Parts: sequence; C-alpha cells; structure tokens
Amino acid sequence: MLLTNLMALPLIGAAVVFALPIGRELLAKQIALVVSLATAFGAIYLGLNMSTTDGGLQYVESYQWIPAFGINWSVGVDGISAVLIVMATILVPLVMIAGWNDVENIGQGTVKGYFSLFLVLETFMVGVFAATDLFLFYVFFEAMLIPVYFLIGRFGGPQRAYAAMKFLLYSLVGGLFMLASLIGLYVASGKELGNGTFDFTALAGLNMDPATQKILFLGFFFAFAVKAPMVPFHTWLPDAAAQATPATSTLLVGVLDKVGTFGMIRYLLPIFPDASKYYAPVIIVLAVISIFYGALLAIGQTDLLRLVAFSSVSHFGFIVMGIFVMTSQGLSGSSLYMVNHGFSTGALFIVVGFLMTRRGSKYIADFGGVNKVAPVLAGVVLLAGLSSLALPGMSSFVSEFLVLVGTFAYSKTTAVIATFGIVLAAVYILWMYQRTMTGEPSNEVKETVKEISARELAAVTPLIALIIALGFVPQVALNIINPAVEQVQQYVDVQDEPAAVEGAKA
Amino acid sequence: MISALIGLPLAGATILLLGGRRTNAWGHYLAVLMSASSFFVGVSLFSKMLGLEGEERALHQHLFDWIAVGTFNVPFALHLDQLSIAFVLLITGVGTLIHVYSIGYMEHDENRRKFFAYLNLFVAAMLLLVLANNYLLLYVGWEGVGLASYLLISFWQHKPSAAVAGKKAFVVNRVGDVGLSIAVMLMFVTFGSVTFEGVAEAATKADQQTVTWIGLALLLAACGKSAQFPLQSWLLDAMEGPTPVSALIHAATMVTAGVYLIVRAHAIFDLSETARTAVVVIGAITLLLGAYIGTAKDDIKKGLAGSTMSQIGYMILAAGLGPVGYVFAIFHLLTHGMFKAGLFLGAGSVMHGMHDDVNMRHYGALRGFMKVTYVTFGLGFLAIIGIPPFAGFWSKDEIIHAAFGQSTVIGLATLIGAGVTAFYMTRMMTMTFFGEARWEDGVHPHESSNVMTIPMIVLAFGSVFGGLLMLFVGDIEHWLEPVVGFAKPEHHVSNTTLIPITLAVVLAGASYAWFKYGRRPVPVVAPTEVSLLTRAARADAYGDALNEAVFMRPGQHLTRSLTFFDAKGIDGVVNGLAAGIGGLSARTRKTQTGYARNYAAYMLGGAALIAFILYLVRL
Repeated sequence: MLLTNLMALPLIGAAVVFALPIGRELLAKQIALVVSLATAFGAIYLGLNMSTTDGGLQYVESYQWIPAFGINWSVGVDGISAVLIVMATILVPLVMIAGWNDVENIGQGTVKGYFSLFLVLETFMVGVFAATDLFLFYVFFEAMLIPVYFLIGRFGGPQRAYAAMKFLLYSLVGGLFMLASLIGLYVASGKELGNGTFDFTALAGLNMDPATQKILFLGFFFAFAVKAPMVPFHTWLPDAAAQATPATSTLLVGVLDKVGTFGMIRYLLPIFPDASKYYAPVIIVLAVISIFYGALLAIGQTDLLRLVAFSSVSHFGFIVMGIFVMTSQGLSGSSLYMVNHGFSTGALFIVVGFLMTRRGSKYIADFGGVNKVAPVLAGVVLLAGLSSLALPGMSSFVSEFLVLVGTFAYSKTTAVIATFGIVLAAVYILWMYQRTMTGEPSNEVKETVKEISARELAAVTPLIALIIALGFVPQVALNIINPAVEQVQQYVDVQDEPAAVEGAKA
Repeated sequence: MISALIGLPLAGATILLLGGRRTNAWGHYLAVLMSASSFFVGVSLFSKMLGLEGEERALHQHLFDWIAVGTFNVPFALHLDQLSIAFVLLITGVGTLIHVYSIGYMEHDENRRKFFAYLNLFVAAMLLLVLANNYLLLYVGWEGVGLASYLLISFWQHKPSAAVAGKKAFVVNRVGDVGLSIAVMLMFVTFGSVTFEGVAEAATKADQQTVTWIGLALLLAACGKSAQFPLQSWLLDAMEGPTPVSALIHAATMVTAGVYLIVRAHAIFDLSETARTAVVVIGAITLLLGAYIGTAKDDIKKGLAGSTMSQIGYMILAAGLGPVGYVFAIFHLLTHGMFKAGLFLGAGSVMHGMHDDVNMRHYGALRGFMKVTYVTFGLGFLAIIGIPPFAGFWSKDEIIHAAFGQSTVIGLATLIGAGVTAFYMTRMMTMTFFGEARWEDGVHPHESSNVMTIPMIVLAFGSVFGGLLMLFVGDIEHWLEPVVGFAKPEHHVSNTTLIPITLAVVLAGASYAWFKYGRRPVPVVAPTEVSLLTRAARADAYGDALNEAVFMRPGQHLTRSLTFFDAKGIDGVVNGLAAGIGGLSARTRKTQTGYARNYAAYMLGGAALIAFILYLVRL
C-alpha cells in the first residue's frame, strides 16, 4: 500500500489546502509543506528498502479498474523508478520553500491554489513513475498536464497564456500519438495472448513481429521525445520555463521532462526490443545533435531562465544517448543522470529565481557584480553552475562519465564527439557567471540585490549537499539502479562487450 | 594516514568557507596550520618509507567503492609511492611556505579568509591528484585544481580582466580534459580497468595503435593543464591572480601536473614510440616558444609565466624520452618548483614595494633597497639559468644530456632554450635590480616584512642546495627507479664536452642581455619601432589571435545563427503550423452562417457535385 499511500497523501493534502478559507495563507503553505515533507520521507523509506539484487518490480499492488479492457490500477517500482520518485518528492518541499512568497510577488492567483496545485502534481508525478499498467501510465502522463497548465497559465510571466497553451498543445499532440500506439499495442497483445492487456510485464514478454514493433514504437517515441525534449521538438520548453515561476520550472524540467526519458528506458526498450535496436542509430544521432544544439543555444541566450532550459536540452541529449547505446554503464548512467539533473537543474532554477525576485528581471544584462554585494548568493550560483557543467566531485560528473564510457563501448566516434560537449558546458555556465556575478555592480544591482536569506538557503542547501554527497557515494543510488538495468538489458537481449584485452582484471 | 594528507587541508577549506565571517580573524592561521600539518604527515610517511626496501615502499589505502556498474569498477583508493611522496613534499612544503607568505601579501585584502580557503582547497585537490590510485579519481583532483585555479585567478572578480582570465583558463583546460576523458574511456574498453596497476599490467597485451591513441589523449590532457602548445594561451592571462597563486599553482605545482600524468602513465608511453615522439615534439616547441615569449615581456609576472611554460616544456620533453628521461623530468620539476616559486615570491615582493606595478620598465636599481629580495631572487636566477652548483644546473643538464642522447635536433633545441633562458632572465634581473631607478612618482620601494621574506629565504636555500641534495644525497635516479624505471641513453654524449658547451651558451645569452639592458639605459616606455619578431613575442606569438580567429569568432557566429534559426526556423514552423490551423478554422467557420438559404445552397452544390461525379463514373 505504500505507493498508493504516497499518491493519496499529497492529493488529500491538496484538498485540505484548497478548502481553507481565504486569509489563511500561512496555514495553507505550512500544511502543504508538511504534507510534501511527509511524502518525501515516505519515498526515501521506500528507496532505502529497495532490493540491491532484485531488478524486478517491488512494492507491487494491483486492483481491477476496467475489467472489460483488462485495465488495472497496478503500481510497483524497480530501482530506476524508485530513485526518480525519491528525487521528485525531495524537490517538491524544496520548491515550496523557494517559492514561498511567489504568489505575493506576482500579485495574481491565490496562495492555496498555487500550493495545492503543487501537491496535485506531486500525486501524478509519483503515479506516472509507479504505474505498471500502461493505460494507467497514459492517464497519469496526460493528467500531469493539467496542474502544470494552471501553474504556468495562472502564475506565470507576461506571456504565460501563450506559453501554457503551447506546452499543453505540444504535449497533447505527443500524447495523441502515444494513445494511438497504445491501442495498437493492446490489439497486438490480444492477437498473441488471446486477451488484450496493458500490463507492463505481460507486454514486455510479448514476441511481437518487428514490423509491428517499428510502427508502434514511433507513437511512443514521439510522445517521449516531445516530453524529454529532444531537438527538434524542444521549442515549447524554453517558452514554458521562461514564463513559469522558477518553482514550477524546477518541477517541469526536473521531473516532468524525465517522464520522456523514463518512458524510453521503461517502456520502449523492454516492449519494443527489435524496434529499439533498429532505431537506435538514428536516435543516438539526434541525441548528439541535442547535446550540441542545446549547449550552443544556451550560450546564445540573454535570458537566464531560457539559458537553464537550453542547458537541459543538452543534458537530455546525454540521457537519451546513454539509454539507446544499451550498455550497462550507459543505462545506469542515464538513470542516475535523471536524478542528478533534477537536483542540479532544480538548484539552478531556484537560484535564478532568487536573482529574479531581487532585481525584477531575468535578463543577464541587468546583472553584474552580484558577487560584490551578495557573495554567498553568488557562491551558491557558482555551485549550482558547477554541478551543471559536471565538475568531478559532484554527482553530475559520475552520471555524465558513465554515459560517455557506456557510449564509448558502443561507438568510439560518437563518444569522442559527445565528450566535446563538456567544453561548451563550461562556456555557457562560466560566461553566465562572469556576466552576472563578476565586475563592478551597477547602482540598480547595489540597491536591489540583497544577500541570500535563511529561507532561501534552506531551499538550496539540501540540493547542493545531495549533489556533493552523490558525487562521492553514487553507489547509494547505483546499487538499486544496477539490477533494474540488468533486467532491462535482459528484456532487450543485449550484453556488455568484454574488454578488448583478454584476461584483463576488473 | 594517507587520507589525512588530503583531509587536513580539505577540512581547513570547509571550515573557512562554511564558517563565514566568524573565521575572518584567525582563518589564515588555520589554513597555514592545516597545510603545515599535512606537510608533517608527509614527512613522517617519507621517513617511514626511507626505512623500507625499494619495492616495499608503496602504500595503499582503499577507502570505499566509488563507482561500480557492470564491469566498470572504480575504487576510491589512494596510493603512495616514491613518485607521489616527492609531489606530496613539494606541494605541502612549498604550499605551506606560500601560505605563510600570503599572510603578509594578502594582509589588507578584505577577502583574505576566502583566499586562504581556496589555497587549502587547492592543496587538497592537488594531493588527491597525485595520490589517486586510478585515472578517474586522478580526474577529480585534476579538475579540482582547475577549479581552485579558476577561483584564484579571478579572485579579484571586480576586475573584468581577472574574471575573463579565470574563465579562459577553465575553458582551455576543459579542452585538455576531453583528452583525459577519452584516455580513461579507452583504457576501460581496452583493459577493463582504469587503475594505474590494472592498466600497467594489461598494457603489453593491447594492440599498438590503441596504446598510441591512449598516449596521445593523455598528451592532450597534459597540454591543457601544463600550458603546452597549442593550449598554452591561458597561462599568461592567469597572471591576473594574486602573485602567491602564480607562485604555487601556476609555477610550482598545478601546471606541472601534466608531467606527473605522463610519467605516471609510463606503462603506456614505454610501449608507444609514436606517442613518445609526439610528447618530445610538443615539449621542444613549447620550451622554445615560452622562452621566446619571455624575451619581450615588460610585465615581470608574464615574463616569469613564459619562463614557466618553457621550463615545463623541458620536463615534458624529458618525459617523452621514456625511461631515459622520466626521472629527470621529475627531478627538474622538483628543482623548478623551488626556484620558480622563489622567483615568483620575489616578484611579488618587488610589486609590494612598487605599488603593485608589474612593469619592469618602471623598476631599476632595486638591489640597494630590497636586499633580501635581491639576494633570494638572484639565487633563483642563478638556479634557473643553470650555473653550477645551483639547483637548475643539475636537473637541466641531465635533460640536455639525455636529449642529445636521443637526437641531435632535440638536443640543440634544449641547448638553444638554455641560452634564451639566460637572456630573458638576465634581462629581468638587470631591469629590476640594476641600472638606474626609473620609478614612477610617489613610489618608495621598501623591503617586505619578515613573514614574506622568510619563505623567500627558505626557497632560496632550495635554489642553492636543492639539486645537489636530491642528486647526491637523495640519489633521485634510484629512488624513482622502482616506480618509473630508469635507463642510460643509447648514444652517450660525454658530459665533459656537453657541460662546457652548455655553459658557454648560457654565458653568451646572459652577456648579450647584460650588454643590451645593463650597459645601456632602459627606456621607460617600451619602444614601438621594434622588429617583427619582438612584436610577435609581445603578442604571445599570436596564440590568442589564432584562438580567436579559429574558435571564438566562428563559434560566436554559429551561436548567433543557431539562436536565430531556433526562433525563426524551428519555432517558426511550430507557430506557423498553429497559425495555419487557426486560419483554416477561422475560414471554415465563416461558412457556418446560420442562414437556412446558405445551407440550402451548400446542399444543392453538394448534390450537384455528387451527381456530376456519378455521371463521370458511369462514363
């Protein structure tokens, strides 16, 4: 019951918060924070109790939902979904602390609306990673759009309506293709098993003919590629991220986008193994393009939020590449990358938010010299940035290197090209830091930019602590990710290549 | 015990950074204490090592399993052997002296605590670099020192030039890091291991080409960190950092990490003639290029930076000679660490007395006003140009000797380099301490305080006796032999012929400089009517111009056009699609007028169309 409870808790919390009368803003925030903290602790408990040897689904629950179509409320987690749930639920209370005064600052919408939307979103986030029935996954996949649509559309910047609509339409189109493939998959499973099913384990065990796989694969892939987002389906992300509050952007980029890459590793590879192998070379090329395209665009941005969004396009390129090379280092690296990217991009969005609330601008040109007036704030910006450029000693280095080494075993040329992405990452981060934090502060900066507050520190310190801790002990996560990755490799029927030198010892 | 070496300075950095302003009053003392304690731990480990036989001297400490996925298994483990202990003593010894010096140098800086925190962080990262037992953990130290270097170069962040220089150093180093990444990946897929031991054991079984590629990738990494051609351009800009930083990081320790990497990976280079040749060529080019740049600099720190490039070129060249040169690369690295740190601290002391002016054309006649600085700098000068029995003589002579043993061309390069070194160092010495005073108004040169001069005196002892002690008492050749191997050169050139020739070249270079700058007045403003060669040297041999033309400007164009393409191209298509659908529905909506007569007309038209089609089909 743990997983269902993890979903029920924030939903009940959302209802309570929403039912509060106007005028009880502080209470609404406090309840929302306590509920999200409780959910996070529940998820951490779940993560700590995952098996380090069993790569199958754990904490499994299944109840009949629509028997006529074989649809069940089935949930369960393997190591990959478990670490993502832990990451997502840790982010929620932190973005609440970071966005504590968002509504007051924006001057529109209600506090209880804002915080209850976060809680509703949290329920769906846990659900989308925990679902083991494909129809249930689809429901969560689409349902997540609703709270985010309102979070952008109600609480966003001047162009929020445009950004929210673009985000919604883009995702809906992707979802539509997935729905078509989903129905096709149901029919295909019916042909083979007699009864159609949406059950993940049953679908992963099918022996679909490669031609059918290749068609059905595309529908899912399109939906996931939009979500992830991969070039050229990415243009909704910078708009959405630039208009939403940084708290929303953190969850949007840190968690929601992961549904795309999670879907690839959880559904595409095991259910369509032949199609995955068939399309892998093309997808890997697209991923490498994303790495460089995202990084170059990040260098070219004048808006801090768009810069972070484009850096994520580059990071997602690494994640997708690691998945489709299908080596254990690539797959485990990508799974860990999803977690690390959540923390590190979250930290970046949150600190950019701190800068924005002070200066009233998200444009790089309006800053400069912040280090002189607010050294601790500048230090936090630097740490978040270093994590984004994957500095060794931080968690993002471990995952990025695993992805690269996993890719290297698949194709040396691809890995060597992708490695040059680390130079561009240094450019977009350090140039941003140079333009915003160094130099002599302007009068506006001197007047408006105050040192980081205790509340703000409380929001980012846990993230930075996690980033550094996971840089040295990534095994905490890898120990439960590895068996799940082995399981995925078994589904696809791939093995790692042994070292070139015979009898080399590990 | 080994982990304490790293742990102490790391704790210092953490306390100072997290402690904030509360630690302002005593922070610098804590940093000195941490660095000094690490040094004493190093000394005690060293003395323990002395009591053991060659093969048994290596110590190993496995801390925990760091990354394990499939067969990719990387421990967090430390390894202390004869090679790493030499670095430990250099890093913590010179490091502690520079910590002490900085107490005086940074006395009036409002961010002194942060400065000491970064210095401690640097020492910790550098120790991790030389104590890691595998290439991936080395990478953590490798970029860790890069981070410390970035933070310290741009320490005076309010100066845009400092902020730019820090970023440049980091980005150029990242190009080198690509090489290190590729090397580690190649090692893993080839040998199934990334530990020094595992790679060394399996190296002989791999095919020649792979080994060569690993060697070249490691060389790229070394070029970045050690400012070797073609990644040298960042080092001159790095002089924006406070002078103690230049002494510790950009002269004595961090920039020599490339030499450490190549010597540590000797198992790879031993097997690949091609990779070794590439290393020698890069070293030879850089040793001449750096010395050449050094001849035209008026900025005392940039002159020394060119010299550092050049001296590391010697070390890289020696490392490329294989077992003939490894020990001498390290030997020169150690002597250079002492005399170059001393020279930089001397330069800092001069700047301190001259209102932070770095232009040597504004110096002159300082020998009477800054006696300690004059004497210690002078001893460092004698050491670097290679006058016997000073430290640099022994180590540089061994390299020149080994180079001639390999090939006459390479030998000549090292010989010419020695002459040019004598020229630019004599030029620096005379422009600063001799001739007439060319001081700016209001400058009253004075000797620095004891806290600064004592470290200079200690390092001067190193400049005088360092070479002798290591060669004759320490027996450095045999000390390092169990780790890196040692061989005599094949074609032996007698030292009795070589030493007089080298000394003659050195004296020629020095006298020419004395004749040009010591005997004639030095213009206060640099002459503009100079030869093309001088102009090129002043412009750092156009290294930056090349980088800008080849990478920066095309990169900026690419970024700009991609940004435009993304907004108008990709997003244009998306928005165009949306607008198209919107327009189409707006138009079709117009047909829905609500008037019965319109609908009747559509029905009539539709019916007529169907009838027409039926008519056509029947035909």
